[in-house]
Amino acid sequence: MSIDTSPKSPEAAAVPPPGHAPVKRVPQGHKRLLTRRDRITLAFMAGVPTVLHVALVWVTAIASIFLAFTSWDGIGFDSIKWVGLDNFKQLFTDNPQFWPALQHNIIWFVVLILIPTPLGLFLAVQLDKKIRFSRVYQTAFFLPVVMSLAVTGFVWQLIYNPDTGLINSLIGANKPGHYIDWIGNPHLNLWAVLIAASWRHTGYMMILYLAGLKGVDPSLREASALDGANEWQTFKNVIFPTLRPTNTVVLVVTIIEALRAFDLVFVFNKGAQGTELLSILITNNIIGESSRIGYGSAIAVVLLVISLAVIIPYLIATFRKERQA
Amino acid sequence: MDLSPSGLSLPSPSRRGLLRGVGGAALLAGAGVPLLSACGSSGSGSDSKTVSVGSNDSDAVPKKAYAAVYAAFSKQSGLTAKVNTKDHNTFQEQINSYLQGTPDDVFKWFAGYRMRFFAAKGLASPIDDAWQKIGANFPDAMKKLSKGADGKYYFVPMTSYPWAIFYRKSVFQQHGYTVPTTWDQLVALCKQMKKDGLVPIAFGDKDAWPAMGTFDQINFRLNGYDFHVELMAGKAAWTDAKVKAVFDHWAELLPYHQDGFMGRTWQDAAQTLVSKKAGMYLLGTFVAQQFTNKADLDDLDFFAFPEINSAYGQDTVEAPTDGFMVSKSPKNKDGVTKLLEYLGTPAAEELYLKGDPSVVAASNKASTASYSPLQKKAFDMIGSAKSLTQFMDRDSRPDFTSTVMQPGLQKFLQNPKGVDSLLSSIERQKKTIFASS
Repeated sequence: MSIDTSPKSPEAAAVPPPGHAPVKRVPQGHKRLLTRRDRITLAFMAGVPTVLHVALVWVTAIASIFLAFTSWDGIGFDSIKWVGLDNFKQLFTDNPQFWPALQHNIIWFVVLILIPTPLGLFLAVQLDKKIRFSRVYQTAFFLPVVMSLAVTGFVWQLIYNPDTGLINSLIGANKPGHYIDWIGNPHLNLWAVLIAASWRHTGYMMILYLAGLKGVDPSLREASALDGANEWQTFKNVIFPTLRPTNTVVLVVTIIEALRAFDLVFVFNKGAQGTELLSILITNNIIGESSRIGYGSAIAVVLLVISLAVIIPYLIATFRKERQA
Repeated sequence: MDLSPSGLSLPSPSRRGLLRGVGGAALLAGAGVPLLSACGSSGSGSDSKTVSVGSNDSDAVPKKAYAAVYAAFSKQSGLTAKVNTKDHNTFQEQINSYLQGTPDDVFKWFAGYRMRFFAAKGLASPIDDAWQKIGANFPDAMKKLSKGADGKYYFVPMTSYPWAIFYRKSVFQQHGYTVPTTWDQLVALCKQMKKDGLVPIAFGDKDAWPAMGTFDQINFRLNGYDFHVELMAGKAAWTDAKVKAVFDHWAELLPYHQDGFMGRTWQDAAQTLVSKKAGMYLLGTFVAQQFTNKADLDDLDFFAFPEINSAYGQDTVEAPTDGFMVSKSPKNKDGVTKLLEYLGTPAAEELYLKGDPSVVAASNKASTASYSPLQKKAFDMIGSAKSLTQFMDRDSRPDFTSTVMQPGLQKFLQNPKGVDSLLSSIERQKKTIFASS
């Protein structure tokens, strides 16, 4: 949640006001310098978001990185103890949940990009054909995205419940000896929860692609039709290449989704064996009664590094394109 | 499809739950510290006529029973207890930030290591003044449980309950089973039940703590109370052959546990005992909350976990005790003392038990006249125990039990053969955790 929005949105909020205010004033004021009130307004408009951004993003991120090298139980600042790289050493060598968690985050990404993303694209292409009830379908597929992930997790948990759940009741797998433990079995639960995640992600991808498809110039389609291309050829050679910017967004959104995967699993089974995720390890170590804040911060730093490794190349590429434009 | 029992435990998307979700997500961006203190809220009633109480009694039965107690307190003292109830597990998980923020004057908590921990951290106020009045109401064992490491009182015990093996009298009668008193008898009984088409031992470990109860029982039966305390305190090694033996015993019993336990809540597991599909269930007496039908409840009985090592017999009882503590700077000190003095009376405990007959009074002055046979048995069991334990997560460091033992025990349950590597992993993690502050 915060990875994608917070680093960008405060800036986004901060930039337009300075641009807007003078533009409006200039025609009236005949090249007059900004009035005192303007300057105060400007200072507020730029200052408040900057302060919020620095306090909520930079200070906390740096504090978190600092804490990753300490041991702290969260009670009183004087109990912070510098431990150097110990947290990371422990994390990489002793924590039986860390490597599975990392692996699950990666699996999460791979599955999201392989299944719901093409499916979302497929749905978008179908809905773009102006078929009847297109709006109804759009709403239906997009609904899971609107719902809170916690609610999604709750609903799917009812479906997967080993005794009273929908699936086991239907296939008669809730009798002793026949149990299929969707939620608990470490070989099954990640896939079970990924089905729920994909169900939601499909709708998300569909909307993104639908927006992208609306932006495709209709004359391109006409031209390819004139050239005698069939529907598949048109899509493959003409439409899909023009969707390039959308694909970039989709890729980044999916990576972010995979890294911040949390709520669904937390509601589903609290990240028990088989569904460990980095975000859940962080929460378990920091937020819970355990309060191993230094250790939890170390995991958070690992996640931060991974996020940066993904986001920085993306931002560089975007800025380079903007400069060229 | 009866969803109500599981509905109780499912984490509902409460305000706090959401906050935690937001907090967790914010952490990914590195936001850590300020959010923690932002989580504790409430405690607004600061006038001299109200005492605020932070409560974890989110389940219907205890919530209603405590409401009656607070109402009686208002009538008696003219003060109002303003209760702020949170989901049981959420309350527990947020206790650190809650106590450092603006906590309520009085809060519900547990005896044992977890009480002493907050007392030592200065997050709770000593309440020796209240104890001058209520001291005579409690037995020595409870007094000991209520003191911090500095010898001052920090806790008013309210209720206690034992962990034991629960069964239906009618089921035992029907099949001619007898209560097992030794390990071999228990295993033989499990075999027989399986033959008779019953699930021998109901089990649900979705919430990850029920397995701790099984571990505790086998450990103090096999290795005795003293070793159990040492192990919980981080002194004895988890790689000790004695610990390995506990898991060996457990593995012997595991095939008789209910299938699919990793995805099942204790409430759902209890329902299999209610519906007579399961023969036994190792849990606390709160399992009775699931027996909503009076006839079923009357049919419920329990026995102490069988003897494994004759040197220790059945001398230890796991009896977690719940009660009240006072936050570091209560807004209404006089009101707090009055409330605690009231809560520490036998009358208050009797009133509570009227509403929640699944526990017993911590005070030995409280009348046992209205006790059900089940409560009487529980009361006698606790009273006659040579030693009392609280529960693994109350007797040991919560950071150790929640981040190491909960996943560790779940791992064992899924793969009982991997005990050796599991135990050495637990031991390594234990060393680093107990070495820190």
